[in-house]
Amino acid sequence: MAILSAHRLTCLRGARLVFEDLSFTLDAGGALLLTGPNGSGKSSLLRLLAGLLEPFDGHLEIDGAPVASDRDGQRARIAYIGHADPVKSTLTVRETLSFWADLAGLRDRRRLDAALGALDLSVLADARGAILSSGQRRRLSLARLLVSDANIWLLDEPTVGLDTVSVRAVEAMVADHRRNGGSVVLSTHIEFTLPGGQSLDLGDYAPGAVGRVPA
Amino acid sequence: MMGFRAVLLRDLRLAIRQSADLALVLGFFVIAASLFPFGVGPSPDTLARIAPGVIWVLALLSVMLSLDRLFQQDLADGSLEQMALSPTPLSLVVLAKCLAHWLTTGLPLIAIAPVIGILLNLPAEGYAVLLAGLALGTPSLSLIGAVGAALSLGARRAGLLIALLVLPLYIPILIFGVTAVDAVLTSVQPTAHFLYLAAILMAAIPLAPLAAAAAVRHGVEG
Amino acid sequence: MHRFANPGQFMRVADKVLPWIVALCLPLIAAGLYFGLYASPPDFQQGETVRIMYIHVPTAFLAQGAYVVMALGSASFLIWKHPLGDLIARSAAPIGCVFCIICLVTGSLWGRPTWGTYWVWDARLTSMLILLFLYFGYLALANAFDDPARGDKPAAILALVGVVNIPLIKFSVYFFNTLHQKSTLAGDLFGAVFGEPEAAVQAENLPADLAAAAAQQGGDLPPEMLLPLMLMLAGFTLAFLALLILRLRGEFASVRLRSLRAGFRAEPRGA
Repeated sequence: MAILSAHRLTCLRGARLVFEDLSFTLDAGGALLLTGPNGSGKSSLLRLLAGLLEPFDGHLEIDGAPVASDRDGQRARIAYIGHADPVKSTLTVRETLSFWADLAGLRDRRRLDAALGALDLSVLADARGAILSSGQRRRLSLARLLVSDANIWLLDEPTVGLDTVSVRAVEAMVADHRRNGGSVVLSTHIEFTLPGGQSLDLGDYAPGAVGRVPA
Repeated sequence: MMGFRAVLLRDLRLAIRQSADLALVLGFFVIAASLFPFGVGPSPDTLARIAPGVIWVLALLSVMLSLDRLFQQDLADGSLEQMALSPTPLSLVVLAKCLAHWLTTGLPLIAIAPVIGILLNLPAEGYAVLLAGLALGTPSLSLIGAVGAALSLGARRAGLLIALLVLPLYIPILIFGVTAVDAVLTSVQPTAHFLYLAAILMAAIPLAPLAAAAAVRHGVEG
Repeated sequence: MHRFANPGQFMRVADKVLPWIVALCLPLIAAGLYFGLYASPPDFQQGETVRIMYIHVPTAFLAQGAYVVMALGSASFLIWKHPLGDLIARSAAPIGCVFCIICLVTGSLWGRPTWGTYWVWDARLTSMLILLFLYFGYLALANAFDDPARGDKPAAILALVGVVNIPLIKFSVYFFNTLHQKSTLAGDLFGAVFGEPEAAVQAENLPADLAAAAAQQGGDLPPEMLLPLMLMLAGFTLAFLALLILRLRGEFASVRLRSLRAGFRAEPRGA
């Protein structure tokens, strides 16, 4: 059963055609690793899957239903981690995470502590965002995944700024998520263990030779 | 509703912990008001005549100056796009942000307005109607302002742009608010003025968040 | 770029219509000017200055009409995602803005002999002034983004917000005015804001004294003044359409240029 499928997506950013004619299918428990050079559109594709961008052409389906037929309902199915870490310097770690849990509609508060524990943030629970290092902010950002019921994770370079131990923790998180039937699309520049995952090279979908300017 | 409450509490908490921002707005309100006696002369009659208008215009400008706080920081640190992606309807998120903005800007302005009334020699019977008018009018200022703030997300010189977009739309509220005080000072019942202010608020509560949410959704595309 | 195909077809039709519009518009304005400046009597109260009306009223009508065109274009852009709607709104805005400025300048020139001053906060002039501010806001927002295409949606939303607010603004300005100048218009409050379009041309746009004078005469302009006014109104409306098509051409060309550049700049290793 395809959880997420893209059909002939074309992405236009401003005056730039980023990629065209891109299709893929992702099953429950599946993982898709996005590769490709800088500017090939990994981030754009993830933003497009998240619903932050509209495709210029082509369409997306979640559970076989076209996106936009039930946007608010489908939003609950998707969690997106972008480049920015939405961490406020005056809010504590727990306050921040609790806010995102509320916004995602999470009722079980015990998962909050579990999420803090999983990303090794328990000791920092009452620290304000201002004193967090960039790696700690990143981990707080990733903890959001564990306080939402989304089963499609879209991760844009989730490991930026993380040490090796934390990268392993994120790998474990992703593996756990997939074991429970969740799916992941992620882009990364470092080695990231994704057993049985498919891979998609965005470079293959760069606009055709027509109009290509030599570097 | 859970999401509404969460956004409201978060924005209130942020505003209280960054209360220096609020102090700046209130400081502007008081200092700008105290310039008027230097501009038009200290004659108590002249000041009494212009007091309602000055207080209302400055309340308008103070609200406007605080509008970039509504979305700008949340856009910069990625919070806004996460809110746009949450299952909570975005117009509800916007409404919660407007309520938080009013509680931390409109309400303090109302609280400090009587001080400016004293500085500008506002007649005693004008205070109640001034404050009641501000209480009915300033929530609309936050709501309409949110539309302007959302529209200028990602634009060049967003701060100035907000002023250009929002000030013309503030004119009706200014007119009804000021003429209500004038009416009472000339012994006329201000019922109609208050009904108009209430009608604007009742229309702004559902419509402004819709327009602002559409603008935010476009703003986070960036 | 299949999405631009439709406007292309529209532009081909528009280009065919354009010469006819111009051919009709010029004689209409010429006739209007002839009747307005020579073949009509001066007003019994205002004398020759009344002839400003033949410019002032059509520009006032079109300044408001252009905003309606903008709002309709913007609505069709937001609802059906039709790129033509955005192009029409963008093209109409500067034209409406210029008509609005001409209306304000002629109104103020008319005010000097009539009221003895260039500007009074008369309800009609004041609402035109606020309309001008709304145009400024729209133009500023539509051009405030580094990528011009990014301004399309915010500008369209603003046009709709503006058109919802215009009745309210007008109502509040008339309300303000009746309180401060109790003489002229008190009974005409609702009529002026929600009146019929035909009546609105006269009721909304003539300076107060002339409207009062016209009302004294039985509520209508004499036919020898009505004729040039109608000729000018028709001529100016056609001129507006011609300018709109010309501007649409420009906007359309710049969109095509951008989409061509998009193809040429689609170099995968860029940035």
